[in-house]
Amino acid sequence: MSKLPLTLAVFWTAMLVSLPLRAMEVKAAVLRIDRVVGPPISRLDAPPDDLGFAGAMLGNEDNRTTGAFTDTDYTLKAQAVAPDKAAAALDALKAEGFNLITLIAEGETLKALSDRAGSEVLLLNAGARDETLRDVDCRANVLHVSPSRSMLSDSLIQFLMWKKWTRIFLIHGSHPEDTLLAENYRKSAAKFGAEIIEEREFVDTGGARRTDTGHVMVQKQIPVFTQNAEDHDVIIAADEAGVFAPYLPYHSWDPRPVAGSAGLRPLSWHAAQEAWGATQFQRRFEKLTGRSMREEDYQAWLAMRVIGEAVTQSGKTDPASVRAYALSPDFELAAFKGQKLTFRPWNGQLRQPILLTDGRVTVSVSPQDGYLHQHSPLDTLGIDAPETACHAFGG
Amino acid sequence: MLRSALALLPSVLMFAGPAEANKVFVTNERSNNVTVLDSQSWEVIATFPAGNRPRGITISPDGKELYVCASDDDTVRVFDPETYKELHTLPSGPDPELFALDPSGNPLYIANEDDNLVTVVDVKTRQVLAEIPVGVEPEGVAVSPDAKTIINTSETTNMAHFINASTYEIEHNVRVDQRPRYAEFTADGKKLYVSSEIGGTVSVIDLTAPEPAIAKKIGFAVPGILPEWLQPVGVKATKDGSRVFVALGPANRVAVIDAAKDEVVEYLLVGQRVWQMAFTPGEEFLITTNGNSNDVSIIDVKEETVIRSIQVGEQPWGVVVAPN
Repeated sequence: MSKLPLTLAVFWTAMLVSLPLRAMEVKAAVLRIDRVVGPPISRLDAPPDDLGFAGAMLGNEDNRTTGAFTDTDYTLKAQAVAPDKAAAALDALKAEGFNLITLIAEGETLKALSDRAGSEVLLLNAGARDETLRDVDCRANVLHVSPSRSMLSDSLIQFLMWKKWTRIFLIHGSHPEDTLLAENYRKSAAKFGAEIIEEREFVDTGGARRTDTGHVMVQKQIPVFTQNAEDHDVIIAADEAGVFAPYLPYHSWDPRPVAGSAGLRPLSWHAAQEAWGATQFQRRFEKLTGRSMREEDYQAWLAMRVIGEAVTQSGKTDPASVRAYALSPDFELAAFKGQKLTFRPWNGQLRQPILLTDGRVTVSVSPQDGYLHQHSPLDTLGIDAPETACHAFGG
Repeated sequence: MLRSALALLPSVLMFAGPAEANKVFVTNERSNNVTVLDSQSWEVIATFPAGNRPRGITISPDGKELYVCASDDDTVRVFDPETYKELHTLPSGPDPELFALDPSGNPLYIANEDDNLVTVVDVKTRQVLAEIPVGVEPEGVAVSPDAKTIINTSETTNMAHFINASTYEIEHNVRVDQRPRYAEFTADGKKLYVSSEIGGTVSVIDLTAPEPAIAKKIGFAVPGILPEWLQPVGVKATKDGSRVFVALGPANRVAVIDAAKDEVVEYLLVGQRVWQMAFTPGEEFLITTNGNSNDVSIIDVKEETVIRSIQVGEQPWGVVVAPN
């Protein structure tokens, strides 16, 4: 990253060619709201300081390279603040003229900020997975590039249906987000014809998540916790809070595969993904940042590219025009997932395939073959137009 | 489908005219080798190792040097098309995928996706002559028939860059649909076809005016195939300017385009995930690589029918036919 500015500066000068277009300036910001959370169960999952920012930076570089040909300048400001400083940070960004703002925040904060931002700002949600933000609590000034919980749960259940692993033992955590995720798995199972055979709650009793020789206790605790479950094909862990799911594989009483928050996970992105030209994309990111790409990085990159495409194609930079173009039938984005990504015009959700990964390789990509839809197979993932309670998009 | 095509084979071949036997070289991305076919018998006559992940392939106009992008070796490997021995390598920059040779046989223009560059390599001195900064993820490369213009398509910037072959300056940029893959000039140099894999279109760029401009975008529709899977990749135009063939990737079809009207007239069913294509020198046949069925399909160009398919290595990617 340190050597980048110089090389790129040379690069852009070299590429400037005369095009009969007026100069445009795009000011984009990424605002990340950091809650105080404990360390993850696995130290491999510890979030890097530039989580999300790095992806936005790559997206901004991509936009700048293209901008050199269209006489458009892109600037990016990245900022992380605590939840109690979020409103002030938003106000300050607005005062500085940033009106295309990517948010990496949990749902309640995003909702509050979208109400505060007003219609002169376009927010791109690159974090929160909450269904309600795309549904009853949707806001006209928010586009969601991050997939919703139901898009993820539908992706996994479609794959389990293909495997004919239809009898599910659902284990969910005790945090509110775990409850929401569990509800999405129940709905997805009902939607595609799988059956939740048994449910248990793994209660977070607090305390340190990692202790020396903690695996000794886990090895005794998890088999007992999972003992005497109804006959099932697969365990699904709904553990968004990250309290127990990684302990389930190999420790469950019955020898069954684990999916959901551990084992086979539905993700917007994974560093092992290589298909559809992703290898080059991963390598560009790794060269820029010195680490591998996470979901938040991919989502922030998507947000920058949505802005870049809308500006390049529409020739306009104001939030209303970017929003209008993104929601129009003309918008399409290539994003290393094998097909174009478009927005659902009725709630501002970006349609996208979901990767199913075991942490080492891409196991499958949903939607699965055979799940058809009158508009797009991607609309078999997540809530669909007929069932939406979102009315901020004119629906 | 295949069985009936095979039954037709002898009669079709009889009318195919006095085609010479030429060697057909197919890169197999996964099995790390090149399959050699005979264009008269359509038998596999040899297989030779070609480095790690061979993809783009081309041959010198005199037929004496075969160039292969060994993507995972970050190099272009040069083979003797007679002995299949590796002669030497060319500097390519990281992960070379597609390239184009100047009609004279030198230099070679290579797209470097990782670095947003087109690398110009002298195939005789094996030196890098220039590195041309282009858009994000350069992919397709083409050289105009008069050798004055190099085209590069950038997959994330979504443009066709028109590069002056003497100054290496970009002179024009034409915006096309998402993920432009391949560029093909007509023999008269009056039109350029650019395929957009994710956009699902082929842009027809008119080159007769001072500024190149999109004259038309060709879309595709096949009953029973989801529009998402109509992904144009390889493009080949006949020398007489009558037909353009477009490989449609996971749709397993090659579209036949009437080049006078730039309209699709036919879809030919080939193997799975059809990718790149090459004509035999007299354009009697068009060979398509089918990455997911590990075979190539042979299209009779005049009849516009698929006459047979031949198993090659694993995940065939690129194809070139030796000149007469």
